[in-house]
Amino acid sequence: MEKLLEVKNLEVSFQTYGGTVKAVRGVSFDLHKGETLAIVGESGSGKSVTSQSIMKLIPMPPGRISGGQILLNGDDIVPKTEKQMEKIRGKEISMIFQDPMTSLNPTMRVGNQIMEVLIKHQNMTKTDGKNRAVELLRLVGIPMPEKRVNQYPHEFSGGMRQRAMIAIALAANPKLLIADEPTTALDVTIQAQILELMKDLQNKMDTSIIFITHDLGVVANVADRVAVMYAGQIVEMGTVDEIFYDPRHPYTWGLLASMPSLENDDKAELAAIPGTPPDLTNPPKGDAFAARNQYALAIDFEEEPPMFQISETHFAKTWLLHPDAPKVEPPEAVKRRMRQLSSTFENPVLVKEGK
Amino acid sequence: MAKYIGKRLVYMLLSLWMIVTATFFFMRIAPGNPFASEKKLPPEIEANLNAHFGLDKPWYAQYWEYLVRIANWDFGPSFKYKSQTVNDLINEGFPVSFLLGMEAIFIAVAVGVLLGIIAALKHNRWPDYTAMIVAVLGISVPSFIMASFLQYFLAIKMGIFPVARWESFMHSVLPAVALASTPMAFIARLTRSSMLEVLANDYIKTAKSKGLSRGVITVKHTIRNALLPVVTYMGPLTAGILTGSFVIERIFGIPGLGAHFVTSINNRDYTVIMGVTVFYSILLLVSILLVDIAYGIIDPRIKLAGGKKGE
Ligand SMILES: Nc1ncnc2c1ncn2[C@@H]1O[C@H](COP(=O)(O)OP(=O)(O)OP(=O)(O)O)[C@@H](O)[C@H]1O
Ligand code: SF4
Ligand SMILES: [Mg+2]
Repeated sequence: MEKLLEVKNLEVSFQTYGGTVKAVRGVSFDLHKGETLAIVGESGSGKSVTSQSIMKLIPMPPGRISGGQILLNGDDIVPKTEKQMEKIRGKEISMIFQDPMTSLNPTMRVGNQIMEVLIKHQNMTKTDGKNRAVELLRLVGIPMPEKRVNQYPHEFSGGMRQRAMIAIALAANPKLLIADEPTTALDVTIQAQILELMKDLQNKMDTSIIFITHDLGVVANVADRVAVMYAGQIVEMGTVDEIFYDPRHPYTWGLLASMPSLENDDKAELAAIPGTPPDLTNPPKGDAFAARNQYALAIDFEEEPPMFQISETHFAKTWLLHPDAPKVEPPEAVKRRMRQLSSTFENPVLVKEGK
Repeated sequence: MAKYIGKRLVYMLLSLWMIVTATFFFMRIAPGNPFASEKKLPPEIEANLNAHFGLDKPWYAQYWEYLVRIANWDFGPSFKYKSQTVNDLINEGFPVSFLLGMEAIFIAVAVGVLLGIIAALKHNRWPDYTAMIVAVLGISVPSFIMASFLQYFLAIKMGIFPVARWESFMHSVLPAVALASTPMAFIARLTRSSMLEVLANDYIKTAKSKGLSRGVITVKHTIRNALLPVVTYMGPLTAGILTGSFVIERIFGIPGLGAHFVTSINNRDYTVIMGVTVFYSILLLVSILLVDIAYGIIDPRIKLAGGKKGE
């Protein structure tokens, strides 16, 4: 498969009164055409900053891409100017945000908000744009689109607004759609409908998706691969099966153990991960997760772990994969689902720092 | 819409009736009030007043008659000047005051909004600081000091504008600026904070993520939403300009309604005070209604018919 996006060693920081917040610290991943990558992690782990950097949407200043490359079809967008970015945003890459109640302009008709994209990127006339907007609304499953196109966002329900957002995002047939927690603000049934819609449209339009969430339950449904983020770094990445059935990083264990599931409903240890994420103004020495990690080794407080490769597609950044590390048992809830996957290497391979 | 306006008109009449009633009774209990007729008045005026108010009749009859006259847009004769009615004063003074007020409102809104937008777009950079220093000065310097200041520097020292009087457009510039300075500063601050709030909104990020240019985002998405609070402020602004004009018209010797009003207070010209108060109330009530209607048109979330915020 062809690579659409390659992020290499991305570093993003924010200048604040308290000092420099290193929000993203050396993130690397790639994305193929038509693929869905989920990014999961706690609040503040840098998911939104990472994804907004891909469109250069972070506020600059105080934000700054302080290192790395973002290659879109092999073309680095980091050095691009705002004018050049305007041709990429909405056309090559578009974005859906978390809260559909606030992400639409309250004083502009929904149709006009869709038409803006068409007029800008597809050189459509107003009439053509309006017709296309009606089509798009129908495509995302909004009933009576001819009437809805002239309405304002407050006349839409939450789920319909998110559908309208999707219509806006897909208006110019982008190659990459970034969805930043698109269902978090919606109730469960609507959530499922929106996910279904996104999968459906992805098949029709062959778009790649970066799907950000902190709900691992959603991930299994939508993603091909998963990247687990912690304190501005990707600590584990692999296919959905690898992350769910053969997780290697203690943080991923923690996330999986804290995920409610149907099999182990009754009072089974729904273990929340203890402690809070580190202060990214002064990231701790060693591994950022060490202080919260019951498996932490002495070296974890001294030196940052390298990335190990467990299979062709599976990576984890933990000292536990080092040949000299003691053997540890994951928590009960995780162990129960562990499986031997055929693609796994015999022994984890050390890959270069930052992959 | 029509239903809403009808309802508002009924409320307006009700408020007006209360204002008229209050003015009437305040005037009655004021010391040396015209209805006690304890002062010695020239016989012509006394005759006029008697004829108009029926001062020999009991208070409820007087009150009723006053109400009826006001309903017929008749404010009665002046208490001080022979052969002049309050209606004459209003007809003569109001056009002048109206012109001055409109000019001041225009300056306040145009300059205030512009300053606010520039300040917000250049947030925490020198244009922002400059605009906000201007705003703080505008808010903290009272208009009569601003007026003397303008007269001294721009008229007396530099001779760019006439010092006082009401003869040409040039004569109106200084009073309009003095009158506008405080509300202008207030609008600048309001616009700035409202712009900053809108700029921090998710839908601005959405607009940016569509690939729209900064100019388009500012004009189509930011300013329109940021101006909503400014529209709401137009009601109090009108009131501020009205009361401000009392002082400013005096300082610049402008024959407007405000100046007449102040003179009538000094002269204890009760009928004029009452008439002008009622007139000002009508003006204010109408302008508030207009602002509300305008707001309902600009913000689609406001449903005028229900009079409630639609969610
Ligand atoms: N404009 C900003 N100024 C300063 N710091 C910022 C800014 N935006 C983000 N950050 C910091 O970057 C870090 C990562 O934030 P980010 O929004 O990417 O987290 P997230 O993983 O998306 O969390 P959530 O699940 O809550 O959305 C946080 O520590 C946050 O404080
Ligand atoms: S490197 Fe150490 S602290 Fe970090 S996750 Fe692995 S065992 Fe825990
Ligand atoms: Mg986020």
